[in-house]
Amino acid sequence: MALFTQGFIITLLLGAIAAGIPLLLAGLGEQLSEKAGVLNIGLEGMMLFGAYTGFLVAWASGSTALGFAAGAGGGAVVAALMALLCVRLGLNQIVTGIALTLAAQGLTALLHFVQFSRTYPRLDGVEALPIWPLSEIPFIGPVLFNNNAVFYLAVALVAVFAWIYRMTHLGAALQAAGDKPAALDAAGVDVIRTRSMAVLVTGALAGLGGAYMSIAVAGVFVPFMSHGNGFIAIVLAMLARGRPLWVLGGALLFGGSLSLTTALQVAGVDVPTDVIQMLPFAMVMLVLLVAGRKAALPQALGESFVRGAR
Amino acid sequence: MQAPSQAPAASTTAPPGAPVVALRGVTKRFPGVVANDNVTIEIHAGEVHVLLGENGAGKSTLVGMLSGLQQPDEGGIEVDGRPTLVGSPRQALSIGIGTVFQHSMLVPSLSVIDNFALGGAWWKTPDRKGIAAAIRETAGRLGLRVDPHALVSSLSLGERQQVEILRALMRGSRCLILDEATAMLTPHEAVALGELMRRLVAQGIAVIFITHKLNEAVAYGDRISVLRLGRNVGEIAPETLRASSDAENTETIISLMFGTAAGEGAVGGARAARSHGDVVLEVAGLCSDAGRVPVRDIDLTVRSGEILGVAGIDGNGQKELAEVLAGQMPRSSGSIRLMGQELGDATVGQRRAGGLRYVTDDRLGEGTVGTFPVATNFLLKDIGAAPYWRRGIERPEEIRRQAETHVRDFDIRTPGTQTPVGKLSGGNIQKVLLAREMTGSAEVVIFAKPTYGLDVNNIRATRKRIVEAADAGKAVVLISTDLDELLELSDRIAVIDRGRIRGTVVNGEGARDAIGRLMSAGDEQ
Amino acid sequence: MTDEQTIPAAGAGGRAAANAGLQASLRVLAVSVGPLVAALVLGGLLLLAMGFNPFSYYGYVIQRALFSPSGFEATLTRMGPLLLIAASLIVAFRAGLWNLGGDGQYLLAAVFVAATVPLTLGVLPVWANLLLGLLIGAAVGALWSLLPALLKAWQGINEIITTLMMSFLGVSLANVLVKLAFLDPGTTTPQTRTLPVEARLPRLFDSSVSSGLLIGLAAVIVVHLVMTRTAFGMRLRLVGANPRAAVHAGLSVPALTIAVFAISAALAGLSGAVDILGTHGNVRADWNPAYSLTVVPLVFLARLNGFGSIAYVFLFSALTIGGESAARRIGVPSFFSLVIVAILLIMLGLAEYLDKRHQERARR
Repeated sequence: MALFTQGFIITLLLGAIAAGIPLLLAGLGEQLSEKAGVLNIGLEGMMLFGAYTGFLVAWASGSTALGFAAGAGGGAVVAALMALLCVRLGLNQIVTGIALTLAAQGLTALLHFVQFSRTYPRLDGVEALPIWPLSEIPFIGPVLFNNNAVFYLAVALVAVFAWIYRMTHLGAALQAAGDKPAALDAAGVDVIRTRSMAVLVTGALAGLGGAYMSIAVAGVFVPFMSHGNGFIAIVLAMLARGRPLWVLGGALLFGGSLSLTTALQVAGVDVPTDVIQMLPFAMVMLVLLVAGRKAALPQALGESFVRGAR
Repeated sequence: MQAPSQAPAASTTAPPGAPVVALRGVTKRFPGVVANDNVTIEIHAGEVHVLLGENGAGKSTLVGMLSGLQQPDEGGIEVDGRPTLVGSPRQALSIGIGTVFQHSMLVPSLSVIDNFALGGAWWKTPDRKGIAAAIRETAGRLGLRVDPHALVSSLSLGERQQVEILRALMRGSRCLILDEATAMLTPHEAVALGELMRRLVAQGIAVIFITHKLNEAVAYGDRISVLRLGRNVGEIAPETLRASSDAENTETIISLMFGTAAGEGAVGGARAARSHGDVVLEVAGLCSDAGRVPVRDIDLTVRSGEILGVAGIDGNGQKELAEVLAGQMPRSSGSIRLMGQELGDATVGQRRAGGLRYVTDDRLGEGTVGTFPVATNFLLKDIGAAPYWRRGIERPEEIRRQAETHVRDFDIRTPGTQTPVGKLSGGNIQKVLLAREMTGSAEVVIFAKPTYGLDVNNIRATRKRIVEAADAGKAVVLISTDLDELLELSDRIAVIDRGRIRGTVVNGEGARDAIGRLMSAGDEQ
Repeated sequence: MTDEQTIPAAGAGGRAAANAGLQASLRVLAVSVGPLVAALVLGGLLLLAMGFNPFSYYGYVIQRALFSPSGFEATLTRMGPLLLIAASLIVAFRAGLWNLGGDGQYLLAAVFVAATVPLTLGVLPVWANLLLGLLIGAAVGALWSLLPALLKAWQGINEIITTLMMSFLGVSLANVLVKLAFLDPGTTTPQTRTLPVEARLPRLFDSSVSSGLLIGLAAVIVVHLVMTRTAFGMRLRLVGANPRAAVHAGLSVPALTIAVFAISAALAGLSGAVDILGTHGNVRADWNPAYSLTVVPLVFLARLNGFGSIAYVFLFSALTIGGESAARRIGVPSFFSLVIVAILLIMLGLAEYLDKRHQERARR
């Protein structure tokens, strides 16, 4: 098999990670929101806005670290709006999510046009932090242990979230906020605050994922560059049903299919990008067909909480 | 927060001086209604204090204020004699008021332990071992068996309630509110709860038991306060309660609740025997596996003018039987004949057209659409039918006329025919259902728990309707968990247990015992 | 939003009632127009921040979209496909189904229509050819919703996700088809064959307004009347409001779910067909106007009311047509209209919330 050369495999793995990390971050975030009972359809907008603010700050300051922080901040700003409108004021979560995504799309495209449409600035790559001696392992080393800080953070977050969900009061509180908010309220925990915080963290993670796309992967900001990744992350979170490790697996799988084009080109096979772009979505449909109703959602998902209302 | 200064009251004989919790002149208004009007009630340690009242008498609002969900507009709450603001559920807990709501307040997807741990400092890990031990200890003290590691969704409603009572006690509640606690329980579980309440007060806890059932109030209460239209209309002290017979107490309570002379129609004898007409509904060997409880080999006949009761503990296939008969759930074998005609796999609509009607017990869940106008809800099962639609197009005049007739004939209290049905009270929603199912070409009417959750006036009105339907020559299938209701209304009573009919008893002398025997004899079959 | 209004005018009952009526209508006015004004002001601030003069921008947009003959005609022509999308969404949302896959349904239908209609032109008379095009569009749209419909009807799988996925899939598939299968051999640019202008939907009177506008208007009004006045519409609303009550009433929820998806997606597909047959004549590679997700907020602004939707679609159409001209002339990209719609929706949500709170306070 000439196809499976070392070059092909490494390209595929690196590509899977590059495309998978934004999905992982956003997916972990969405999982948090869904656990707490908020269907965060605005995820796409949060990613996109994070991609923009991240790129802007990284370009202006010359620091990718600041850029990532700004990306998380940008996502959190959109999430704050979402929390205000849906969690506090109880507006429809789906319509608000779509509106925020539209707003982020329009706004970032507009700002991009005003600021960058003549100069098209580019960022250099992000500094890799090799973890010696693991980085010397053939194949795996350069792929897994010679990466940037956000990659390590994202993978660590999988463990952190798994720990939070299983081992802390916070995990139980989140579960209650999504499944039986009245029970959480009766236990003396503020449901609105719990949900708002979950949405804010979701926004920060999605924004960081977006910034990863613009700063670490593409090196530029392009309007509409999140290209449905936010929506894929929503599906990932739904299929993972509260298990962070499943988000990781799903993100790598989807990332792999997204990066297949480049890898195939390295291997000398020319497949149109559009065909490849269909892969992740086709995969979601396939998984849904097979997994069927198991893609369960929390009881109170999408419903706003009003104390004392039945 | 507060030192448990209360000395545990050893017995229920004499109430200690100061009440644990007291409502002083509490008034609470909602748009358009005064839910509570200057209510004063004192709760003492070591007593089961029953708050009795019809639906809408203001019981839930009182609970809401005691548990911190709502705040009084006027008046206030005193705890240990000191005026206290109960601003949130957490605050209520911290001053020792624990509430077990009618609808479970446990998170089904968490274990019992994690439900108990809910509300701890968020970054900490719950002390699961310690909590489990504490649960076992407290449960043992009260004679309960609870598995701390069980997922709440795997527990029965009665078990969930026990878990909630345990949780309230373990959080240091000195005053325990049980809101309509028996409404969702089987009769057996209700008796067990009654015994648990006695054990709780024996340990010095003050229990507030909210109910609209007279017999429970008399059976379990030390002190009874009666609420009517938001006002506290009277209180029966422990001494009086003990000094009188149950019948006398019941009479006193009824006169307090309704302000009228007691007794009327509450407990009548069996219906006078009458001759019945032809067989209208004939069910033979009916089986279905589609529901939660499989239904097996059902044989039933109902004649015109006859009321056939179906007795049994809730959840033994009654709902499934009703739905299979109505065509909502598929049968797997057997036959249903309506006036000699085999129904086979006829749809709900076809059966309805043939005269088979079904009054569901889930009035808001499936019987009506809360956001739709009353007028539309009358027609949910006849969408597209003449004269209300012509060639598929709505005729508002006809719809309005029918609605006005129904509202008048069935005495439905509604601001208008265009009012969303969800804004009406439970009793009036039931009237909407009755109007829809009992008019037109009805031949057989199946009632599923028709008086469940209604207040006494509406219970009476509904029972009267059922008798009228039979007197008008309709065949009636009356599914109920209330044995007194069945004995009052039915001509014959079939007993259902685990999806099978265990036998049918002709109503009359000795029927109660016969039914009891059939209910408990199921094991041998 | 002030509390003084709630103090009742003592004594004069008649005047109080008149006041209340006036107040009520004022409130409705404030709630419906206030958000629009707020959105335009916020948008203006945004323009200002970007270094444009908001007054000259808005002035230019209004002048182009409404008061120049060609611009006004373009505004009306653009309404056709948008109204069909609105009709598609109203059917689905009123029946409680979130068909968010309109973009895929629209684009795939457009591509198939663009690919077939020029080929059959010689065979069929123009009117029959157009009819065929409309049918193909509706059929392709409906077909693309089949999988989400079946998954929802039989497996209960959340349709938000499946329709979104099918939408992305459809958009990519449409691109693949344009680039690989339906290429016009006559040109080097990747696009489908072009339908000659004389074989497109007839224009209205002497103007350049496409008769697609009439199709769109008819669709929205018919959908509105069907949903509010007919037995079929009531069945759909019943399923949407309470599926269990629908089962209790003997309706087949799976069958109605599939019907709703088919109608909704067929209307979205029809929108694609009308856009191709009336305006564009062909599909270029990577073209995707993404109307559907944009119209979602519009129909919600109109509270799923057909006539309200016509008004909002007109407004949005004017904003985009004017915005596209402004993009060329003033240099403000046309994405600006997206921002305005989003802000408008958020403002409306806020206004409704404030109104509700105000009413609750007034009642006490």
